[in-house]
Amino acid sequence: MTQQLPEQEQQQKNIYRTALISSVIVVGMFGFAFALVPLYNLICDVTGINSLFTQEKRVRIDADDIQIDQSRLIKLEFDATINGNLDWEFKPSLRSASVHPGQKMQTTYLLKNNTDQVITTQSIPGVTPWQATEFIKKVECFCFTTQTLQPGEAKEMGLTYVIDPQLPEQYTTVTLSYTIMNLDRDSVIKGGQQGPQNVAVLNK
Amino acid sequence: MTSIAATHDDHDHHHAPTGWRRWVFSTNHKDIGTMYLFFALFMLFLGGAMAMVIRAELFSPGLQFVSPEFYNNMFTNHALIMIFGMVMPAAAGMANWMIPMMIGAPDMALPRLNNLSFWLLPAGALMLVLSIVAPWVGGGMAVTAGWTLYPPISLQAGMSMDLLIFTIHLLGISSILASINIVTTILNMRAPGMTMMKMPVFVWAWFFTGVLLILIMPAFAGGVTMLLFDRHFGTSFFDAAGGGDPVLFQHLFWFFGHPEVYVLLLPSIGVLGMVVPTFSRKPLFGYKSLVYGMAFLATLGMVVWAHHQYTVGMSIWATKYFMIGTILISIPIGLMKFNFIFTMWRGSLTFETPMLFAIAIILMFAFAGVTGVMLAVVPADLQYHDTYFVVAHFHYALIPGAVFGLYAGVFYWLPKWTGHMYDEKLGKLFFWWTTISFNVTFFPQHFSGLAGMPRRIVDYGVQFTEFNMVSSVGAFAFGLSHLLFLYIIIKTIRGGEPAPAKPWEGAQAGTPGLEWTVSSPPPFHTFETPPEVK
Ligand code: HEM
Ligand SMILES: [Cu+2]
Repeated sequence: MTQQLPEQEQQQKNIYRTALISSVIVVGMFGFAFALVPLYNLICDVTGINSLFTQEKRVRIDADDIQIDQSRLIKLEFDATINGNLDWEFKPSLRSASVHPGQKMQTTYLLKNNTDQVITTQSIPGVTPWQATEFIKKVECFCFTTQTLQPGEAKEMGLTYVIDPQLPEQYTTVTLSYTIMNLDRDSVIKGGQQGPQNVAVLNK
Repeated sequence: MTSIAATHDDHDHHHAPTGWRRWVFSTNHKDIGTMYLFFALFMLFLGGAMAMVIRAELFSPGLQFVSPEFYNNMFTNHALIMIFGMVMPAAAGMANWMIPMMIGAPDMALPRLNNLSFWLLPAGALMLVLSIVAPWVGGGMAVTAGWTLYPPISLQAGMSMDLLIFTIHLLGISSILASINIVTTILNMRAPGMTMMKMPVFVWAWFFTGVLLILIMPAFAGGVTMLLFDRHFGTSFFDAAGGGDPVLFQHLFWFFGHPEVYVLLLPSIGVLGMVVPTFSRKPLFGYKSLVYGMAFLATLGMVVWAHHQYTVGMSIWATKYFMIGTILISIPIGLMKFNFIFTMWRGSLTFETPMLFAIAIILMFAFAGVTGVMLAVVPADLQYHDTYFVVAHFHYALIPGAVFGLYAGVFYWLPKWTGHMYDEKLGKLFFWWTTISFNVTFFPQHFSGLAGMPRRIVDYGVQFTEFNMVSSVGAFAFGLSHLLFLYIIIKTIRGGEPAPAKPWEGAQAGTPGLEWTVSSPPPFHTFETPPEVK
């Protein structure tokens, strides 16, 4: 039965056509995932839909001509976290400060590299409660740039900030936290840094 | 292409290949379907064993048996196995067996591809097992991220994460190939007269499933590939330290993940569309509306993904859109329920095991629908998110919605597949045993969730102890019931009352019913000359 009827041949052709179209869609959707990286950033920048705040509320303010609100004090707490378990020291020089909204303040964070390797770091800020995020204005911050430390080197890193007087009344304590990351991602990722102690099964 | 068709036509049922060659080199849709089903059964027990570890640990507060890291690894792999290793292969096995027979085709459109898509599964399963073992032999930290694999924690795991990424690649390619095959078969291999609007609902359901998989699976494969790049090639797609955005991964994951839940649900809706008319002895009520409803569900399912991410801080407008879209899902879901309820209305019902499962699904899946709408409402979800309430929601969605649908299919088609009737008494026992123990396991989780018990944590506050003890007892009973399931299947394969070609008297109600015109079990090759559908 090697001779095929014309209908059968036609059917085979249709089959290959459908399969081909589906495969093109598959390749396209795989590409779409990668295309989403620039698209996502573009859409979010243009529309701001990835953020709870609308664009208008995010106008820049000039730290020097803000009115100081003497009527209330905000307790600002400083927090520091090291991403991964690396042999560094990272801490704020001040645990907390009481600040009038509108007052321009300065503080520092201390970073020490206890390893025998040169490291380059980047700090990622976070604010709790998150509703206060847009009201903590940074005039100058070590988180704007990366820092490189030689083995054993210690560094004091500056932070200048001002609290926007429009911060809603109900927030009296705000925590500003920084997570410091090693920019040599290869040594952080690929695991291994958390050894086999994690797989002990029986606890008691 | 001529040669494929030619060699295939050459061997008729007198020269069916024998021994291991029959299976390893199989291009026969029935044999491949059988292998899919056995693979799924095996994975059901593997994933189930992990669930038992989880429930044993949660039986009482504090740490009892496993380390937190191993616990997290267990719920991660439990979910991945049940979704990619159990439900999807089982549904694909049923598609392989039934779709060609239902539409009057001699086999799947691309039989060799079919062989490949099956054999990628055991390879993927092996990778998955290696991923579990790796941390024990010096491979660094285990995968603790949950099935959602969110960075940064998935970036920080050891080599078991790489193995898991390869697992997803293999299982993903397998299901993409199977989907291409099924969609191509449905579009091109129908017997003369079998128009699209005459196709049994099961075929339609798999058509939409296949289309969904072709659209979403490659995007997910792309997402995990980017994770791999971030881990090894210095990119920063999702790594905040290098300017990437972990939330982007969440969007990519749920763009796949939400339609994926319909991938799990739809084949079972298809089974219900066969079972309910059969045992009501009436054609399906509103066939067209059910088909359009499934199309609507599949389309809507593609555009509501971010209801899993209400808490990441999207804009009010974005969450509003996703909230409304998600609530709209209840329309096609409700429609399907009415299709089935009105089919039963004034039917002459009998309650064999498949029908019992069907009715239980209609009742219990409604719970998932209700809790789903609760979760869809943004201000409420900020409370419920990542608690056991969500766990209860999706287990009510997935166990009745997907797994019980597959059980209904197994009991419904076992006589056709094996040529023997299963033991009805044992079938009913299995039904009551699973249904009751399932509810004992998951119903209390609504309460512990509302009371604030977080999910994915090895320990919990003592105030949740009673709920968890009940859950664990239910879970052990639920797990145990599956030994009975296994026994019933083996018993049916080995013997039993011979099944006629059409074991259920109402089987053909409203469909062309070609699958019931062949003997039970069907010959190795069926419909080599296409039947005519009037
Ligand atoms: C009326 C229909 C449904 C609605 C409105 C709905 C809504 C939701 C929402 C809003 C969530 C996110 C909850 C949270 O994490 O805070 C969720 C989670 C989930 N739903 Fe549904 N759902 C529906 C039906 C289904 C169906 C049919 C399935 C599967 C067959 C399903 C499976 C899941 C799963 C697996 C999750 C949890 C995923 C995870 O976080 O790991 N849902 N659902
Ligand atoms: Cu969803």
